[in-house]
Amino acid sequence: MRDERQATLREGVRILVRAMRDEPVILGIAVAGSAVYGFATVAAAEVIGRVTDRVVVPAFREGETTTGALALTALAIMVTALVKAGGIVVRRYFAGLGQYRLNARYRRQVSRQYLRLPLSWHHQHSTGKLLSNANADVEASFWPIAPLPFALGVVVMLVFALVSMFLADPLLALVGALVFPAILLLNFVYQRRLSPLATRAQALRAELSGVAHESFDGALVVKAMGRESAETERFAKVAGQLRDANAAVGRVRGAFDPLLEALPNLGVLAVLIIGSARVADGDMAAGTLVQVAYLLTITAFPIRAIGFVLGELPRATVGWRRVQAVLDATGALPHGTGSLDGDAGPAHLGVRDVTYSYVEGTPVLDGVHLDVEPGRTVAVVGSTGSGKSTLASLLVRLVDPGGGAVLLDGTDLRHLEPGAVAGAVALVFQQPFIFEDSVRDNVTLGLSVPDDDVWAALRLAQGDRFVHELDGDLDARIGERGATLSGGQRQRLALARALVRRPRLLVLDDATSAVDPEVERRILAGLRDAALPSTVVVVAYRRATIALADEVVYVEDGRVSARGTHTELLAASPGYRDLITAYERDAAERARAGTDQEVRS
Amino acid sequence: MSAVAGRGSQLGEVRTGDGAWRTFRRGLALSPEISTGLTVTLLLALVATAGRVVVPIAVQQTIDSGLNTGSGPDLGYVRWMIALAAGGVLVTVVAAYFMNRRIFQASEAGLATLRTKAFRHVHDLSVLTQDTERRGSLVSRVTSDVDTISQFVQWGGLIMLVSIGQLIIATVVMAVYSWQLTLLVWICFLPLFLALRTFQRMLSSAYMVVRERVGGMLGAISESVVGAQAVRAYAVEGRTQQRIDDAVESHRVAASRAQRLAATAFSTGEVVAGLANAAIVVVGVLLGVAGDISLGRMLAFLFLVTLFVAPVQVGTEVLSEAQNAIAGWRRVLGILDTPADVADPADNGVRLPRGPIDVRFEHVSYAYPNGPTVLHEVDVAIARHTRVAVVGETGSGKTTFAKLLTRLMDPVEGRVLVDGIDLRDIRFDSLRERVVMVPQEGFLFDDTLAANLRYGRPEATDDDLLIAVTELGLGEWLDSLPFGLQTPVGQRGESLSAGERQLVALARAYLADPDLLVLDEATSAVDPATEVRLARALEGISRGRTSVTIAHRLSTAEAADEVFVFDRGRLVEAGPHAELVEKGGVYAALHAAWVSQSR
Repeated sequence: MRDERQATLREGVRILVRAMRDEPVILGIAVAGSAVYGFATVAAAEVIGRVTDRVVVPAFREGETTTGALALTALAIMVTALVKAGGIVVRRYFAGLGQYRLNARYRRQVSRQYLRLPLSWHHQHSTGKLLSNANADVEASFWPIAPLPFALGVVVMLVFALVSMFLADPLLALVGALVFPAILLLNFVYQRRLSPLATRAQALRAELSGVAHESFDGALVVKAMGRESAETERFAKVAGQLRDANAAVGRVRGAFDPLLEALPNLGVLAVLIIGSARVADGDMAAGTLVQVAYLLTITAFPIRAIGFVLGELPRATVGWRRVQAVLDATGALPHGTGSLDGDAGPAHLGVRDVTYSYVEGTPVLDGVHLDVEPGRTVAVVGSTGSGKSTLASLLVRLVDPGGGAVLLDGTDLRHLEPGAVAGAVALVFQQPFIFEDSVRDNVTLGLSVPDDDVWAALRLAQGDRFVHELDGDLDARIGERGATLSGGQRQRLALARALVRRPRLLVLDDATSAVDPEVERRILAGLRDAALPSTVVVVAYRRATIALADEVVYVEDGRVSARGTHTELLAASPGYRDLITAYERDAAERARAGTDQEVRS
Repeated sequence: MSAVAGRGSQLGEVRTGDGAWRTFRRGLALSPEISTGLTVTLLLALVATAGRVVVPIAVQQTIDSGLNTGSGPDLGYVRWMIALAAGGVLVTVVAAYFMNRRIFQASEAGLATLRTKAFRHVHDLSVLTQDTERRGSLVSRVTSDVDTISQFVQWGGLIMLVSIGQLIIATVVMAVYSWQLTLLVWICFLPLFLALRTFQRMLSSAYMVVRERVGGMLGAISESVVGAQAVRAYAVEGRTQQRIDDAVESHRVAASRAQRLAATAFSTGEVVAGLANAAIVVVGVLLGVAGDISLGRMLAFLFLVTLFVAPVQVGTEVLSEAQNAIAGWRRVLGILDTPADVADPADNGVRLPRGPIDVRFEHVSYAYPNGPTVLHEVDVAIARHTRVAVVGETGSGKTTFAKLLTRLMDPVEGRVLVDGIDLRDIRFDSLRERVVMVPQEGFLFDDTLAANLRYGRPEATDDDLLIAVTELGLGEWLDSLPFGLQTPVGQRGESLSAGERQLVALARAYLADPDLLVLDEATSAVDPATEVRLARALEGISRGRTSVTIAHRLSTAEAADEVFVFDRGRLVEAGPHAELVEKGGVYAALHAAWVSQSR
């Protein structure tokens, strides 16, 4: 426990040092502003003390004063106040500036990693977690930066304050020398007690949010199965834990906050009792008494800034560890230097003994071997979970095979330069991702093509009609993940996105599954008539989709078990026949059963 | 009900018209724990606050009655008085401790109740209302919105309470010492107090911009995560990065701008305090020369002014927090105020005995709020033990039919009867036990396969699960999973393929053992052979059960006892497959198209 705390402290300090190194100028200015503030705070007490001795006390004793003395007094008080205020503005503004610059810097770095790291890495991390790495965790890492300059300035202030007290009266300074460390010590104890409780509350808050997210995401299932009460119980349990955790935080805060406030007050009372004796003995002026008492009063709050930094460190280290895990992650897909001839027409695809497994020992693909001649259309058919989608993602190099190779025009995809694969191959997913952007940008994705080409692609994808009906045509904005579009519309938009690129190899992964059969028929007819300069690989179940293909590849148990025309496979492959004629056989059997029944009756 | 869809995703703004005070009172009424024992808490607060003037009074007493007495210093009095003051400080500590403790405990208890109520209510809302809201926004109602209230009650609200108290008590002490100086202090601070609202408004509009930019930033970053596949497939990393960088930068600029305002607002308190101190010394000395004030009293003012600074410095923050808390509270209340338009009759409802079920639709019409009628005058009966297939093109009304049948929605006209009883009169716990729907998108919970299968029947043993899976003909599939029943399915079940998720969802509903099973395109992502196998298995086990299947593949219709054909919101044909094919109507055309596509 103790070691862990020390580790947290060490790590926390390392974050602070890193932040200071990343933003030395801006944070330096903030610290300087804070030091000025600290100095001015002590000076304000000095001014009050001197004014008391030189102006106030004589005036009350003698019953007269001078305008000059009063003017000078007002000026001195105002100047210290303005310097103090100036210090505050500089400190707070630049500390915030530094904090936000650090946030922005690390958010950019984290998101660069997201874009660089391979898909396999993404599969191991949940969306929610990655989003909070980039947002909440980065923020937590640099949260202590806001009070850091304040805390450093307070150190300067404490030095000045002690010096000022010793110069004023060594005996009273002893009170300060006791009270300041006592406040610091109390702060340490406070943060040490508080931080594990606060961390627990934080964790529970995340858990509660997770429960709510999942439960509301599955609201339809909850309702359809009448599980509302059970879900509420699940939520109430975590909410109750959070309540208790927050109340525990409250008990610690409730005990320490009043104590921290009382300490300097007790210090002032001590100063009054000691000081009044010394003033009575004539060893000290009344102004000094006022000065020290006042100093203790106005420094009481700033001293707690050190505690603010300490208090944020545990949260910061947790956040930073998560951010660091992202920044340190390795394993990008390395690229080669090879290139492809861009105008060479349809590409040749070669799949050589490819294996792939998600879980060690249970390969999804186990030695897939396949050649597709340029311009051919091949349908990949297989049962649910047979690895067809995995194969599709290998063809565009979303992942690399565990063994074997994927070749485009004879070149291993791994040897191609960055961008070469995407320049030649387009994959359309079953569940396409739609960007929060205009229709046009969703089709072009930044590629500069004339609107006519965009329309042509949309037309081919049977998407031009619905786009025309949108408010703004190509400029219509599409909401978060295409929420305003139906599944079929999203698929058609994604298809247009692929077609507008005139890919040399087009891979369709059950890409028209949400489209009405009639619309799908038109899409497929369009693709055929358009005489695309493409080699096409299409993953499908529907007979009509398969009919589009020159050739069918049947995948079974992770390997190509048969290939040929549809008719050939029907004859040669029992597995294929079973899969593809399931409906007919079903219908036939039913018809037979029906006749039997009729005969019997 | 019509108001709900009209408002779109405005659930939280339902009662925008209400004043802050009304929101506050309604909020308190819903969380009675917060106000229980409030009197004691307020008394403790009074004591805790009063303690803050102990030091200024002690300073004044020391100088006036201890040192500056006419008859020389009276140190005995000082010691006695200081001891009393120290006692006062300690009492303050104790009072403050108990006050804090009570506030934390009461507010946490109250807010946990509020959260849970709101959570339950979200589930009680109709599917229609749930679908008009982004899920994330519903989540924030029961998490961050409640957190803003709790933060306010425990920090800003507490400070506000203590600040107002200390201003009042400081003013009273000041007034006793010197009305002239009191007036002076107030003249210095009053403009600042009045300006607080303006500061706060400027700040909150600046922070509003920041919050919007946070949304934009999260949206941009999420594209690199959720769209990871698409980004790589199309090699648009550079473009995506540029969008993220822009969003991050615009957030930083907005946050820095808000920070400048905040820093300036915060420092004005110091400037005004300096002004007040200067004025006190100048005017105080003049009053002293005239003999209108004692030295101790004048000096005590310098200490009393410090009690004015903190409320001013944190004032803008506290006001912003208060505003956020009221807004959060309003949003939570907005959820609770949204009527659960498809309501559970609960104890007023009927409990139906288990057993074969029959259904009758009587003149049922449905229209979305403010929308056109999507289902017209449906009159149809489903006899016990019948297996019905519902077919029709996209948008023909078949899903609406299923939702009315399972009471996910209520008809606008007509009624749906189960065993002769209006669905609206049946208790939910009884209804959901007897009627279960399997929606298309096979949502799974982030747990093991076993836990998901058991969702509708928590008491089912592993053996029960295995039997059910085998009965559905999915034993082979289960064996192919690396960890069998203990396979973790991932968030939303995403570790499984779309087809596999549907298999689990179907098995889950089957295990729940309903009398009427409604399948809404529940096997659309499954391969034909598996689908046929499933359909067969379901037929076998659903004999003696009533079932309604919304079919995207007409193979299902061929196998059903009866086919309902929907077209543009009307039930146009109903009858056995063979009969309808022979009839040569809508169904015959659909079927012909399907056959040419799939065979």
